[in-house]
Amino acid sequence: MKTRTYLLQKIGQVVLTMFFILLFNFLLFRVMPGNPAVLLARAAGARLTKADQLQLIRDLGLDKPLIGQFFTYIGDTLRGNLGKSTIVYPGQSVMSIFSEFLRPTLILVGISTILSTIFGVLMGIHAGWRRGSRFDLSSMGFSLVLYAMPEWWLGILLLIFFAVTLGLFPTGGLVSVTQTYTGFGHFVDLLNHLFLPCLTLTLAYLGEYYLLMRSSLLDVLGEEYITLARAKGLREKLVLWRHAVRNALLPTVTLVALNFGYVLAGAITVETVYSYPGLGKLTFDALSAKDFPLLQGMFLFFSLAVIIANLIADLLYAYLDPRVREA
Amino acid sequence: MARIPVLPTGTEPGPEFRGPVGEDRVPHTPRAITWKRRRRAVTQFWSIYRTNGMGMVGLYVLVIFGAIALLAPVISSSRGLDPTLANGPILAGPSLKYPLGTDDLGRSVLTMTIWGSRISLMVGLMATVLTMIIGASIGMIAGYRGRWVDAVLMRITDWFLVIPWLALAIVLASILGQSLFIIVVVIAVTSWPSTARVVRAQVLSVKQRPYVERARALGASDWHLVTRHVLPNVFPVIFANTILVVAIAILSETTLSFLGLGDPLHVSWGTILEFAYDAGATSLGAWWWLVAPGVCIVLVVLAFTMCGYAFDEILNPRIRER
Repeated sequence: MKTRTYLLQKIGQVVLTMFFILLFNFLLFRVMPGNPAVLLARAAGARLTKADQLQLIRDLGLDKPLIGQFFTYIGDTLRGNLGKSTIVYPGQSVMSIFSEFLRPTLILVGISTILSTIFGVLMGIHAGWRRGSRFDLSSMGFSLVLYAMPEWWLGILLLIFFAVTLGLFPTGGLVSVTQTYTGFGHFVDLLNHLFLPCLTLTLAYLGEYYLLMRSSLLDVLGEEYITLARAKGLREKLVLWRHAVRNALLPTVTLVALNFGYVLAGAITVETVYSYPGLGKLTFDALSAKDFPLLQGMFLFFSLAVIIANLIADLLYAYLDPRVREA
Repeated sequence: MARIPVLPTGTEPGPEFRGPVGEDRVPHTPRAITWKRRRRAVTQFWSIYRTNGMGMVGLYVLVIFGAIALLAPVISSSRGLDPTLANGPILAGPSLKYPLGTDDLGRSVLTMTIWGSRISLMVGLMATVLTMIIGASIGMIAGYRGRWVDAVLMRITDWFLVIPWLALAIVLASILGQSLFIIVVVIAVTSWPSTARVVRAQVLSVKQRPYVERARALGASDWHLVTRHVLPNVFPVIFANTILVVAIAILSETTLSFLGLGDPLHVSWGTILEFAYDAGATSLGAWWWLVAPGVCIVLVVLAFTMCGYAFDEILNPRIRER
């Protein structure tokens, strides 16, 4: 019974947040200085005459009352109609552009999130368990430096060193342009292009998972039930893995979801550095070209992705930690 | 319960404290008592802070960068930033005359990095001040008022917390335009929620303490309670949070600049890196153009983070004892 209340409450919150996002997205591009027609006209340069602008306003339904526009907008969005790109891919629907660019980003973000979580958590456990050891101090320094680094700067450095100077990896793109591979060769080619962006994002997010895991393990190690486990005469390995790590892992679950927004931000800059054709690079192109429908769609899409990630984390957390459900 | 050190609020001590103060001299006005207590807290705080190696290293680095930023006109001439006056070799690596090499217009990267520190630090600090004003006010109001005000404000906070910050920043900056002021506003708008939550949590705990109840029983107004009793006790938390926010603000400025949303008229570490990237420094292998500004960003952000950690450790006895 309680579980169901919790579930409904969470889903209700998500629906409310989504409504706010839609409202905000709607208002942002209409009420903010410069209505969409003016913004579009500015982006198109002097090519748009006054008559064209009026036509555009009528086409976009901007001459109707705001509340009516809002309902039209919500209806369109729910039906997956996010408008058409104006400059980057003129005339193409935003939705179809997204579906085309989604996969490379999912692969990049997915792999680097998994890798950074695994390595960050393992390093954190090792460091927290042997607090003050040489490994603890050096990994702490390493993580803090990574944490203080803009991820795209790290990307540029890795690019210069591994791709430009050593020539070990391609400098960018999804696949080789000069040569077409098939079968296994194609796969290797893809991996070759994925390696540096993936390494950059993994390193960029490693530090945070490490720091959180280390401090949460230290918290747990101070608890009384750990002393009890030791008093019972359990082997140290068992105390660590079965008693301490299990509970210390909980905050990391939340961080993976909360971090999702930051990972997407990282994807925008790192994909740009490596000209990796995903949603991040697309966002950068839309931004440089001031393609507002595309930007608006991107904002909506990223926000929804983060909201859903948060919902999953909440539910997972409640599943892993019964105390959350009861509270 | 450990006493939380209270930090000075920036004004001079009252007239009662001019001249030498002995421990035996009894202050006789409430203000004097307060100031005596605060001075002792600061001294006590500093004596703990001094023993924190990480915090001291961070502080030294910050003092050095602060000095560089303030003394920029003394160390190097701002004429070095003007592309029309630049006369160095184009894209030359580090040499004796140009220790950090030159850019594609023949300007010294060292000069640009020195001057860039001013804008980077200024934007970071200004964005932090604005973040603190928004975050602390919302956190205080939500925590102090409670009930539906709290519920509404916290929903808004949660909502801002969920929005991916860079996506929001890109949308805002692309609509509002490009200037230092807008960068500051965009950073503040995207980073206040965590401050609001931290402050709210602290206000909720301070609000329950007996001395607040006592003051209320004596007929203190809400304004008096908030400014005299709640704020001074929330201040240390706000301060520790501030230091961490500066680090985030500086990083955010560089990322926004890199995406071309920065102010092209002012040289900051972020815009230097953007110029370099746009000019193709990556494919030309002109690493010197990219290394110095980036290293400065890392050092300053690292220093702020270290100071913030040291603060946290001192204010949070639980961490210290661990």
